[in-house]
Amino acid sequence: MSAQTNPSTAAATVVADQRIENAKPSTWRRVRRNPSVLFGGTVLLIMALIAIFAPFLGTRSPTDIAPVARNKVPGFERTVTGPDGKEQTLVYRFGSDSLGRDVYSRTIYGARVSIIVGITVAFLSVTIGLFIGLISGYFRWLDPIIMRIMDGLMAIPAILLAIALVSLFRAGLGAVIVAITLPEIPRVVRLVRSVVLSVREEPYVEAAVTVGTPTPTLIWRHILPNTIAPLIVQGTFICASAILVEAILSFLGIGIPPETPTWGNIMAEGRNVFRLYSHSILYPGIFLALTVLAVNILGDGLRDTLDPKMAKRV
Amino acid sequence: MSVTQPVLSVKNLSVAIPGGGDRTHAIRDISLTVGRKEIVCVVGESGSGKSVTAQAVMALLPKGQLKLETGSIELQGEELVGKTPAEMRHVRGKRIGMIFQEPMTALNPVETVGDQIGEMLEIHTNLDAAGRRARVIEMMNSVHLPDVAHMVDSYPHQLSGGQRQRVMIAMALSLDPALLIADEPTTALDVTTQAQILKLIKELQTRRDTGVLFITHDFGVVSEIADRVIVMQHGRIVEHGTRDQVLLAPREAYTKMLIAAVPSLTPPKRAPITAPVTLETKRLVKIYGGSGFFGAKGRVVKAVDNVSFELRRGETLGIVGESGSGKSTVARCIARLIDPTSGTVAVEGTEIAHLKERALRPFRRRVQIVFQDPYRSLNPRRTVGASIVEGPMNFGVSEAQALAKARELMGLVGLSPDALDRYPHQFSGGQRQRIAIARALAMEPVLLIGDEPVSALDVSVQAQVLQLFEEVRRKFDLAVLFITHDLRVAAQICDRIAVMQRGVVVETGATADVFAKPEHPYTQSLFAAAPGQGFGSRIGSGAA
Repeated sequence: MSAQTNPSTAAATVVADQRIENAKPSTWRRVRRNPSVLFGGTVLLIMALIAIFAPFLGTRSPTDIAPVARNKVPGFERTVTGPDGKEQTLVYRFGSDSLGRDVYSRTIYGARVSIIVGITVAFLSVTIGLFIGLISGYFRWLDPIIMRIMDGLMAIPAILLAIALVSLFRAGLGAVIVAITLPEIPRVVRLVRSVVLSVREEPYVEAAVTVGTPTPTLIWRHILPNTIAPLIVQGTFICASAILVEAILSFLGIGIPPETPTWGNIMAEGRNVFRLYSHSILYPGIFLALTVLAVNILGDGLRDTLDPKMAKRV
Repeated sequence: MSVTQPVLSVKNLSVAIPGGGDRTHAIRDISLTVGRKEIVCVVGESGSGKSVTAQAVMALLPKGQLKLETGSIELQGEELVGKTPAEMRHVRGKRIGMIFQEPMTALNPVETVGDQIGEMLEIHTNLDAAGRRARVIEMMNSVHLPDVAHMVDSYPHQLSGGQRQRVMIAMALSLDPALLIADEPTTALDVTTQAQILKLIKELQTRRDTGVLFITHDFGVVSEIADRVIVMQHGRIVEHGTRDQVLLAPREAYTKMLIAAVPSLTPPKRAPITAPVTLETKRLVKIYGGSGFFGAKGRVVKAVDNVSFELRRGETLGIVGESGSGKSTVARCIARLIDPTSGTVAVEGTEIAHLKERALRPFRRRVQIVFQDPYRSLNPRRTVGASIVEGPMNFGVSEAQALAKARELMGLVGLSPDALDRYPHQFSGGQRQRIAIARALAMEPVLLIGDEPVSALDVSVQAQVLQLFEEVRRKFDLAVLFITHDLRVAAQICDRIAVMQRGVVVETGATADVFAKPEHPYTQSLFAAAPGQGFGSRIGSGAA
C-alpha cells in the first residue's frame, strides 16, 4: 500500500508494481517462511500439544497429595503399592512440592490453563474490540462517547479488577478471563478505530458509498478486511500478555484456586521454600518464559510479514 | 576550468534493477551534459527513468532496489562514480544543490526554516552563528520571501507551499553550487505559484551561472524554462536538442505524440446547449469547523460560499480553481459524500441536499463520481468485476445481469471483458481510470462527476481518458461536472466553466468566451500563469 500511493520515482514505481504483483498470492508463503513465525509457531504448537495430551505424557493426577514425598528434589523415586497389590515406582522428574504433589505433572497440566487463558482472552478482546472499533470509527457522532468509555476502561488495572471480580464472584477461570480481557479491549478499539478512520477516506470506500452500498455491507466488505492483519498481530501480543498476567494473578493468590495447577500457582506454592528447593519455581518458570517468548516472537514475525508499515514504526 | 567544460557530463550511464521483472534496467546508456548558465530539461512520462537519472547523479539511488551498473558522471571534470558516501556528502549540497517535488515533506517540521538553511552552512562552511544568520537572511531575501526578519524564525507549517519551495531553493543555492538538480519542483504547486517559482529559478540561475538539470513531465514548463531538452522513454533518451528544435520541430514519433497529447489552451468552438437542466445548485454553502466536543470552539472555514449554477443534459461544466478553492468540496456536496451546510442541490428537479441517507439511496445511482487517484479508487482486495457489479446489485439487479452489463461496459471503455476477473493492481493508472468510469456507467447515472480524473495520469494517457469522457457523455447524453486545476484540460473538454477562488465562484461563462476574454482579475492572473503560452499554438496542436 505504501509503495502504491507514493510512486516518487520512475524506477520505484516499476519495483513497487512488481512487489504488489507478487504480494497478493504469496502473503501466506512469506508468513510461513519467516523464521520468527516458524520458531514462535513451533514452540507454541508444542505447548498446545502438551496441554492437549497432558494425561498421556507420563503424568499422574496433578492434585494427588503425598505427605511422605514432600519437597523432594527432581529425579526422586518412590515405590508405592497400588490397590491391586502391585508395586509401582513413581518418578518425580521435576521434584515435588511442599504437599508432595508431582511438579512435573502440575507443570504439564498447567499449560492447559495458560493456553486457554491466552487464546480466549486474545479472541474475546479482539472480537469485542473489533466490533466497537468499527462502530466508533465509522459513526463519528458515537465516537466521542465510545472513546471516553474506553479511556475509562483503560484506566482500570487488570490486577485490581481481578481482585474486585474475585471478591464479587467466585475465584475461577471465568473471573480471570474477564479481568484480563476488559482492560485489553480499549487497546484493540483504538487500533481498529485508527484503521477505520484512514480507510474510510479512501476513494474506493467513497465510491462504494456513491453506488449506494448499505452501511453494514460497506463496513463488512470494504473496511473490515483492512483491520485483519493488524488485529492478528495485536492478538498475539495480547495472548502473550494474558498468559503472563494470569500467572501473576495466580501467583498473588487472586486468580485461579490454588489446587488447580497453573504455572503461577505452582510458583506461588514453591515461593516459601524457594531457597531450599528452587525446582518448583524453576520449571514452571521456564515453561512460562518460553511460551511468552514464543508468542511474542510469533507476533513480531507476523507483524513483519503482514503489516510492514507497522514494523517500521515500532 | 575552461569556459567550454560542462558542469555536468554523464556518459553511457546504466542503472540496473536487480530482481526487477519486466525491465532489467531503469535507465540505459544515458549520456547528457549540462553547461554553465544552462537549463537542461529532462522530460518524460512516469517510468521513463528521468528521476532515476537525477538520483544517480546525486548518488542517492535507493539501496537494494537500483544499482549503478556502468557509465561515468563527471562534475566539473571530476569523476563522481566510485566516490565513497562520505566523499559524496561533500559534493552534495556544496557543489550540487537539490530541490524536490514535495515542499511539504522535504523540510523538517520541528526546526525553524532559518535553522534548516543554516545547517547547510554549518556543515560546509566555517561561518560563525552570526555570520550564518546574516547569510541565511541574505539567501531568503534573494528568493523573494516576504518579511524575512520574521520568517527566518518560522516553522515550515506556518509557510505556504510556494514559500516552502522558496526555502528549499534558498537552501539548495546557499553554498553556490555549480549544478542545481530540480526534480519536478513545481508539480505539487498551483499554477500561479508555479509561474513564480519558475521565474525565480531562472533568475537565480542567470545571476549565479548555475547549471540546472530540471526534471519534469510538463511540456508547458519545458517551454518556459529550458535551454535544451532531453526526451526520455523507457529508460532511454529518445531525442535531444535545443528547446525550439524539440518543441517546434520534433524528429521522433514519440516526441511528436507527447507534444500533440498536451491539450491546447485554445478551446474549440462549441454550440450552446439548451437541453433540460439536470443539476441545479442554489446558494450552496459548506462550513467546516465550529463547535467541538465539550463545546470547544474551533476555527470556522467557509470551504464553499454561495455557489449557484446549472448543468444541462449533455453538457460539460468545468469547475476550475487552485488547491483550496473549494472545487472538490462542491463536487463532494453534490455527490453527498459530505453534507452541505445550507443551500439546495436539485437533480432532475428533486432536492437532495438535505435528504437522510435512506431517502437518498434512490438518487445515489443518478449521480456518479470518478476520483483523482486511480490507485486508490478501486478496492485492491476485490476483482474489477466485483467492484463494477456492486452498485447495480445494491439496487436489486441479479449478479448474472450485472456481469453481462459489466462485460458490455468493458468493451465500451476499451478494455477486454476478461479484465473483470482480474485485480486492480494488474492494471495501469489509465486502465484503472477506465474501470472507474465503467463502474460509474454501470449505475446508469444522469450526472457524472469527474474530480480531477486525469490529473494523476501521463499526458498521452490523459488525452485518451479525456476522449473517453467525451464519448460517454455523447453516447449516454450525460451531464458532466468536471473538476480540474488544469486550464488546458478545461479548455478542451468543457462547454462552460466556472472559476472558483476561496470558495466563491468568481466567473462563469462559455469556455471560449472566458478563455478569450477573462473578466475577473483572478481569472486573468490564472490564465497569465499557465505555462507554455509562447508555444500555445504549437504545443497541443494535435488535440485541438
